[in-house]
Amino acid sequence: MDRLDQLEAQSIYILREAFNRIDNIAMLWSLGKDSNVMIWLSKKAFLGHVPFPVAHLDTGLEFPETYAFRERYAKEWNLKLIADSCPGLETIDDTLPPASRIAARKTAGLKEAIEKYKFNGIIAGIRRDEQSMRAKERVFSPRTADGQWDFRDQPPEFWDQFKTDYPAGVHIRIHPLLHWTELDIWRYIKRENMPIVPLYLAKNGERFRSLGEIGITFPIKSNAASIDEIIAELEVTRTEERAGRAMDHESEDAFERLRADGYM
Amino acid sequence: MNDTTATSAPGQIGKPPLRGMRDLLRIVIVGHVDHGKSTLVGRIFYDTGSLPEGKYESIKAMSERRGMPFEWAFLMDAMQAERDQGITIDTSQIWFKSERRDYVIIDAPGHKEFLKNMITGASQADAAVLVIDAEEGVKEQSRRHGYLLHLLGVRQVAVVVNKMDLVGWSEKRFREVEAEYRAYLKGIGVEPAHVIPVSAREGANVAARAAEMPWYKGPSIVEALDGFNPVAPSKDLPLRFAVQDVYKFDERRIIAGRIESGTLKIGDRLVFSPSNKMARVNSIEVWPADRAKPSTAGAGQSVGVTLDEQIFVERGDIASHEADAPIETDVFRGRIFWLGKEPLTKGARYKLKLNTFEAPVQVQAIEKVIDTGDLSAATPDRVERNQVAEIVFRARRIIALDPYSDLPRTGRFVLVDKFDIAGGGIISMEGYADQRSLITARSTNITRVEHAVSREERWRRNGHKGGVIWMTGLSGAGKSTLAVALEKRLHDEGFHVYILDGDNVRHGLNANLGFSPEDRSENIRRVGEVAALFARAGVIAISAFISPYRSDRDRARTAAGEDFHEIYVKADLATCETRDPKGLYAKARKGEIADFTGISAPYEEPETPELTVDTAQRSATQCVDDLVAYVKQRFRI
Repeated sequence: MDRLDQLEAQSIYILREAFNRIDNIAMLWSLGKDSNVMIWLSKKAFLGHVPFPVAHLDTGLEFPETYAFRERYAKEWNLKLIADSCPGLETIDDTLPPASRIAARKTAGLKEAIEKYKFNGIIAGIRRDEQSMRAKERVFSPRTADGQWDFRDQPPEFWDQFKTDYPAGVHIRIHPLLHWTELDIWRYIKRENMPIVPLYLAKNGERFRSLGEIGITFPIKSNAASIDEIIAELEVTRTEERAGRAMDHESEDAFERLRADGYM
Repeated sequence: MNDTTATSAPGQIGKPPLRGMRDLLRIVIVGHVDHGKSTLVGRIFYDTGSLPEGKYESIKAMSERRGMPFEWAFLMDAMQAERDQGITIDTSQIWFKSERRDYVIIDAPGHKEFLKNMITGASQADAAVLVIDAEEGVKEQSRRHGYLLHLLGVRQVAVVVNKMDLVGWSEKRFREVEAEYRAYLKGIGVEPAHVIPVSAREGANVAARAAEMPWYKGPSIVEALDGFNPVAPSKDLPLRFAVQDVYKFDERRIIAGRIESGTLKIGDRLVFSPSNKMARVNSIEVWPADRAKPSTAGAGQSVGVTLDEQIFVERGDIASHEADAPIETDVFRGRIFWLGKEPLTKGARYKLKLNTFEAPVQVQAIEKVIDTGDLSAATPDRVERNQVAEIVFRARRIIALDPYSDLPRTGRFVLVDKFDIAGGGIISMEGYADQRSLITARSTNITRVEHAVSREERWRRNGHKGGVIWMTGLSGAGKSTLAVALEKRLHDEGFHVYILDGDNVRHGLNANLGFSPEDRSENIRRVGEVAALFARAGVIAISAFISPYRSDRDRARTAAGEDFHEIYVKADLATCETRDPKGLYAKARKGEIADFTGISAPYEEPETPELTVDTAQRSATQCVDDLVAYVKQRFRI
């Protein structure tokens, strides 16, 4: 087994544990590269099926290419798509810095979906190498009834034994890609010949390295117009992946605050 | 810096990382609080040119905001609370590259309070770097972490003696710390690959070798890491396929799970333990469906297979080949680390999770609690949080498992207390039997013959009920003496009674059995069945066997049903050893007899015997009187 085989096998194991141990789960589909890999891995884990709903937390602020991707692959991959609109900006805590406040609409949308569909588990495609607070995450990570993450007192997790026992009201975040890196994701997309939103590929010397909402996500300078070129670019870069995501950089603890409150 | 060694130092500032998909090694950094683990990680990054752009400046800004000198620990200590208090609370991971390969560095907190986070981090590692402060020397968590690495199965360890700059780069001080810690590791059977003198703050012996310590000839940390190897599940061990789920999304019935060790191929006959059902592998399924289906799959792979027969298989089953199936037992010993908020106590019940199998288990005995400081053992009645202990667990149903030393991935488990994982452990079956052959019925197509004489008719002819008087107790407790006296008294009073004696049956019925745990269990199984036949024939059968295992006695009880009477012939070990009628204890103490009950093999006391006679407290005559009175009362028609 090479490195991608090992990553794939581990993620499949996690997805199958989540599906078996937790009733009524959903997967978050941001339409970005990572969540597409997650859906692909689900098809592998469940041999051609995605046996839970897939939720796109829609802020209405995605790029047109992103919406087109959603329409096409929800059908092609035979997904049970939930695409409810997130609550408006006026409902969000106005003490948050501006970009964080926009990002927090997704947290609010997620809380609404959990309440509406009674989800006990949410599968999210975050990775440890993206951001230092995400690096501290567990694979199975409990959230209180109001979505809070108690990051100062997380459950022990070892030997692939995850926290699957919890009192009513708690929901579990499941992170099947936690152990992948950005480069792993691209190498896997390449190997599996998976589709991507074309915004990742360079046009006129710019491309998106991390995909988010219009207005708080910015492209990087790049001439990588193919997946091979993206891989070559990432092998030598020393810039952080989320450098183009405004909400990570507004204050030292901006992302910690977002995540403690339930952001992905 | 020493020029001759600097050129061979892997990774240098500003050097572009190398390309291509490479090996990945997971390294955990452990050790006592404040001995410099997080600083070391920061320095490894800096010295191998792995810091992301702008990171150095942002760490500098965070340090200045707090009025501190440059703090490397801020690279991984992401939480505000961690930065403000200057301690690592939770484990974290970060990637870097050497010339040889890619690494994940797992930082683990050194504070005792966060041991569960240290375990979470260390359990994921292929190798470990254990950091000790040269000035402070070996401390409580240095030892505990070393011990836990061993329990968690991390076998590749490098010890770093850090802050050498604070002791004037003194070789003498280094050798003192090295000697003390090597001696400790030796006590738990661990040999570190290297012990390296380092100053993380100064970058000495981190990536490049230090000019300040010319007396040290070994590798730098990064060189030492490059010498370690990733740990992969082994294809060469016996097959263990842990069933996660059974899918029926379409016309296929797919058994989903991960191969923990070994290899399976199409056509293999699999036995699913503990149900012991069998079927052959029909196909190994894949998606996308247009890709070629493989004919084999090996350790580490998550697979979905179909079988040639629709046998009942469920989550928790372990599939193996018939020839090397896992052990089946309802009792096992675990060397555990306890993380529970409440202490572990004798008699308490927890949920066991072993791979995908789950079952309630009870603490039968706390054999010892190990002090990870000096490795001494005590036998208290509880195990406190963060302690290490050896525990005997009992389940109500049969569990399929492996000794950790044979198959690590199916030989380890966790315990859940209410909603929380409260401990983990590795399995030893030393002194306990594989019950597989005892519970697997091989005969089929057998129907019982109905007797024309009822058991009540037999009782009336004999003037009393039939039954089994099952005496259990240590060697020298007085079982044979009491059995012989009881048989004589009952016979004289007109009872039909007969002794099944251990030594006697081994001359005939059980002449083909030895004294291994398995053979002892089989010995007892046969005696139990024979005693039950005597009981059904209307006779009072007295058995006088040590019969140390509760599972075996329970099986004998099942064979005889309500006519079974368990008599605990009680005497403490010291009393039995003083009596030593056959000189066996003396031989066992000298090591001339292996697996001797009470000395080198367990004796499990009866929990609810019908009668206890204490031969240490009462005379033989008094004990026989008690037994006669019991029989007269209970065997009356």
